[in-house]
Amino acid sequence: MRVVKLKKKNLVPFLRKLEEFGEVWGPVKKGDRYVYAHTDPENFDLKALRTIIPPKKFFVPPRFRMFTFKEDEWNEEIDTKKRILFGLHPCDIHGILILDKLFLSNYPDPYYKTRRENTAIIGLSCEPDDKCFCKSTNTHSVEEGFDLALSDIGNEYLVWIGSSLGDDLQKMGEDLIDEDVTEADIKKYIEWRKKRDGMFRTDIDLTAMPDIFEISYNSPIWEKLGEYCLSCGQCSMVCPTCNCYDVEDNYRVGSEIERNRHWDSCMFREYSLVAGGHNFREARSERLKLFYTHKLAGYMSIFGKPACVGCGRCADTCPVGINVPNVARALKGEKVDAIWAKEVKDAG
Amino acid sequence: MQANQVKPTNIFTMDKARIVRFYDLTRDVRFFQVRPYTLDMAYMMDYRPGQFMMVSIPGVGEAPFSISSTPSRPGLFEFGIRKMGVLTEKLFELKANSFIWIRGPYGNGFPIEKMKGHNLIIVMGGLGAVPLRSLLLYALDNREDFGDIYLLYGARTPDDMLFRDEYLSMKQRDDVKVLLTVDSDPTGVWSEDIGVVTNLFSRIKGIDPEMTYVAVCGPPVMYKYVIKELIKMEIPKHQILMSLERRMKCGVGKCGHCAIGYIYTCIDGPVFTYWDVIHMKELI
Repeated sequence: MRVVKLKKKNLVPFLRKLEEFGEVWGPVKKGDRYVYAHTDPENFDLKALRTIIPPKKFFVPPRFRMFTFKEDEWNEEIDTKKRILFGLHPCDIHGILILDKLFLSNYPDPYYKTRRENTAIIGLSCEPDDKCFCKSTNTHSVEEGFDLALSDIGNEYLVWIGSSLGDDLQKMGEDLIDEDVTEADIKKYIEWRKKRDGMFRTDIDLTAMPDIFEISYNSPIWEKLGEYCLSCGQCSMVCPTCNCYDVEDNYRVGSEIERNRHWDSCMFREYSLVAGGHNFREARSERLKLFYTHKLAGYMSIFGKPACVGCGRCADTCPVGINVPNVARALKGEKVDAIWAKEVKDAG
Repeated sequence: MQANQVKPTNIFTMDKARIVRFYDLTRDVRFFQVRPYTLDMAYMMDYRPGQFMMVSIPGVGEAPFSISSTPSRPGLFEFGIRKMGVLTEKLFELKANSFIWIRGPYGNGFPIEKMKGHNLIIVMGGLGAVPLRSLLLYALDNREDFGDIYLLYGARTPDDMLFRDEYLSMKQRDDVKVLLTVDSDPTGVWSEDIGVVTNLFSRIKGIDPEMTYVAVCGPPVMYKYVIKELIKMEIPKHQILMSLERRMKCGVGKCGHCAIGYIYTCIDGPVFTYWDVIHMKELI
């Protein structure tokens, strides 16, 4: 990998130059949370840790039109806009890599593929808060999945060039880039990593999760979680690897029909409902079990790592404290600080 | 340049197809014979017994339907569709020669290559007759590839039996054993068996269970009893095949609705073995 340097004061001018390629999106503060916005790079908040919605929305928007149907013909609507996403942390880049496996293998999804190909990703290093657990999911650094990745080493960024497109982007701001990475920079980077790795406050061993899920299939924990879960589906919306969607047809003005695709959640009652009224997952506990099996067991038994990237969004979002660290700990019989956990303990 | 330009294919693009014939199989189940709009397309769309298609009516929606015809009689797709929801209600309103839109075929289908050279027992209950008819007709069209063939079909009443006349006339063949049963016969015209489908198993005689594949499809409640009989007959668990149903929105392993654990019914199924059912839970 080619590595160059960028002075911190040159970041904003550098990002401005990239508008030549496409819209530059980055995290900005909204209330006390963060969202992605297409605005002048000066407004990007470099301290943003996790945005409310992960960058998956750029590749699978919450709602979009797949086709319009008019005069006996289906016309696909594929978004080919060029974008640059700035400020993605390693967890979110890993999230995209997991979505890639799903959307680009077997039958590649053209909507995802086109958006993916037209979007450049610029990663940014970060330091964890108490909800981050990407070290436990081994997604705290990235080797692939980005075009450029910036590591903060004090007054400068190390710029890792991860793709041919990344190299082109770097060239757009050539006069702002510093070519030589010195011994001192390497030392600073190693020190930074050591410091960062020591900052994690949430640490869970997930390696045995597939086995634990198998033997915990009938665990009373699921029933208890089912009692507390609100089926609101927020966990699915904020999860960087949740990809379920529903499709529906609508009539538009002028005899045109559109086929739309929108996010769905396995937490919703209708999720496994089939025609005739049979519901394969009537109980909330069954739906929760599917969600967590998918995150912590299923993907892991195939790819050797969980389909969770440790971003902490579920921990940040779930109103009743049902989230990956808590569920994993409860299944392992460890202490959990959540409203439902005390009752699990009493029952168990 | 233009001539050779290959447009990237959109997996969700549908093909136009014409309903060339339909008739009612029962009160609420209709048989649809569908032909892709162009002849080229009609003969290009090959499939396996046990696969399904996504059928679409613009403005109404799209849903998966098992293919009921056999690839050994190409050019047409046949479906047996029960009027159950918004899309099927609309399908029932369509007249002959109307157009629908299809994409597929999807799913793994039956493992025909492995099944060849074996006896075949097909156990249907109710609407399960739709996907299994494909396998039955395929096996009969390739009769020399299979050992003994049995068809066991249980319906509520004679009027609820799909393809009843087809199977009754099939009884005349000496290369397939057709056993039909109904739970009750309110009109008193039924000359075949009365009782549950599991009563028929005692009439399967002289087959080597190791050399037998069984295909089962029916309402969820049926599986338990049928499988009990099959295990009693010592049919290996991985040679008991089931075609399963799930909610599906894409058919290609993207939308997530048919997920069971880490597999997708649409691409890893809909045909599973009894061992899969034990192994993965939640399948039935």
